[in-house]
Amino acid sequence: MKPGLFSRFIIEQRLFWSIFLGLGFFVLLGIFCAHYMETEGHYITGMNNQIIWGLPHIFAVFMIIISSGVLNIASLSSVFDKEKYKPLAPLSGLIAISYLIGGLAVLVLDLGRPDRLIVAMTTYNFKSIFAWNIFLYSGFFLVLLIYLWTMLDYEIKKYSKSMGIFAFVWRIILTTGTGSIFGFLVAREAYATAILAPLFIVMSLLYGVAIYYAYHSSICWLNKTKISQTMLDNFKKLMIIFLFTNLYFLILYHITNIYISKHLDYEIFLLVSGGIYTLLFWVGQFLIGIVLPLILLIFNKNNSPLSLLITSKIILLGGLFAVAVIIIGGQAYPLNIFPDHQIIESAFYDNVIHSYVPSIYELGLGIGGLTLATLIILIGIANFKFIPKDI
Amino acid sequence: MKSRSNHFGKINRRDFLVKSISAIAVVYIIPNIIETSIAAKQKSEKVSSKTKWGMHIDVTKCVDGCSACIQACNDENGLYGFGRPETDPQWIRKIKLRDLKTNEISVLPMLCQHCENPPCCDVCPTGASFKREDGIVMVNQHTCIGCRYCMMACPFKARSFVHENLTMQLTNSPRGKGCVESCNFCVNKIDHGSAYTACEEACNKEGGGVISFGDLNDSKSKVNAAIKKSPGRRLRVDLKLKQKVTYTGI
Repeated sequence: MKPGLFSRFIIEQRLFWSIFLGLGFFVLLGIFCAHYMETEGHYITGMNNQIIWGLPHIFAVFMIIISSGVLNIASLSSVFDKEKYKPLAPLSGLIAISYLIGGLAVLVLDLGRPDRLIVAMTTYNFKSIFAWNIFLYSGFFLVLLIYLWTMLDYEIKKYSKSMGIFAFVWRIILTTGTGSIFGFLVAREAYATAILAPLFIVMSLLYGVAIYYAYHSSICWLNKTKISQTMLDNFKKLMIIFLFTNLYFLILYHITNIYISKHLDYEIFLLVSGGIYTLLFWVGQFLIGIVLPLILLIFNKNNSPLSLLITSKIILLGGLFAVAVIIIGGQAYPLNIFPDHQIIESAFYDNVIHSYVPSIYELGLGIGGLTLATLIILIGIANFKFIPKDI
Repeated sequence: MKSRSNHFGKINRRDFLVKSISAIAVVYIIPNIIETSIAAKQKSEKVSSKTKWGMHIDVTKCVDGCSACIQACNDENGLYGFGRPETDPQWIRKIKLRDLKTNEISVLPMLCQHCENPPCCDVCPTGASFKREDGIVMVNQHTCIGCRYCMMACPFKARSFVHENLTMQLTNSPRGKGCVESCNFCVNKIDHGSAYTACEEACNKEGGGVISFGDLNDSKSKVNAAIKKSPGRRLRVDLKLKQKVTYTGI
């Protein structure tokens, strides 16, 4: 990094420690929730033998795809030679690594046996996409560290472009892997389609831009610096492009499912008759996640930092809903074990739409992961020169 | 110095300790060792692909309201619930169905289908879910990390996650909180020479003789005899998982 172009986070000491302690409290709360879930068992959560993956997985997947997507800001400069994004690249790398750590922490702490992490790290079944993801996530962590180093150390700056290209390819594969965790589940009608992989990639790009802007503008606000109108317009354009791409893949995913006869019942459930899940899809994923931000971005001619920040947060909220619809909605619909029969009775809930009420412990763990990521970002920007002086 | 034991005339402290420990060993420890060694006794021959364990279920004989197979499975594997049916484990369950074409009602036991191409084993990151050479699909309780991806992948909802702290587990069925488990065709019984699973035994005694278990590679086995008598079909054949459990009468 060229000395003088970047600075540390300048913040009043008392305010810094207030934020630090506030975030630290939620991190500790998350650790407590995870510990309680582990010692008592998962029966205290909303998850059960029907809804197998719950709120921790929503947070974890959301954070991991954000980690991949936020690096797009760096990729725009190193891979696509967009010079104006160059000053933003180090911060995007820092957010990426922080969200990866936060997401993985949530994922690991929700395991039935988190104490066996060493087993997961040393015993692999290479046919499992999950095992591949363990490699992809830990590899991404290393790639990000090296990429950040090449960006921050002026002596090895010349390698940052090639490292950026490598990180770009890695994160595309990583998000493909994350989408494929669901795409490879042949028995569940909501999943079992390769479209989930590109859908996850475009989701990551959208949420990545939104989270980058949310952090950057907050830092600027605390630092009392301004983002230029050109950059604001650039962010706005990126968000509009990625929102339309998301809309396209979302429509494609559902049309594909409607076209596949054996998936049709699930589509009717989700889009029409699924109660809370239908509401979650139309209001959460579709309206809040895509339509409302598009209206705000396209029809609001006055693109101010605050209005863009509000839109970013709406996009992120919609993102959480989108991941929730995919993860919970997909499990809520019962397995079709007997296609030619109707299940009348079962002691194992084979014939009902499963309900899910997340517990406070799952929420605590998820929020703990988010605040851990923010805490790492805070420590990073306070100690290293990540913030561009002029954009 | 005169030993204190001499006051009692017969026994000193060392003798007392040795005899006490021996008595405890005789009463408590040795029977446990014998029991454990019997339980841990390995099958004399290695598991091989020459045997392919399978099961045939004749739905026409299954009695509505009978739960003998479930009770036997619970007893054999030390399964018990906590009064929370959504999180309590179930290795075998009864399902009542109505045929959409004929409106005919049938009941059947549902358990792990022991697929030849098991999705649970494909997705397991650590290989804890595995298929033995003889076709039994089971979970290695020592390497399961509790990610539950196998439960997401199973098309038959045959697996349960242990949601609570367990006590009084049986030596023949290792189980623990935070791991996934499912029917393993009573692997411990079978490996020690039994030709019957617990559910089959109970069904023959108290139920309608619905279940026939045996070696699919042995043309004279009871499972093959049952299949010859009333050929069945696999569930969800479209998935091409080649389950080793077949159903007739639905």
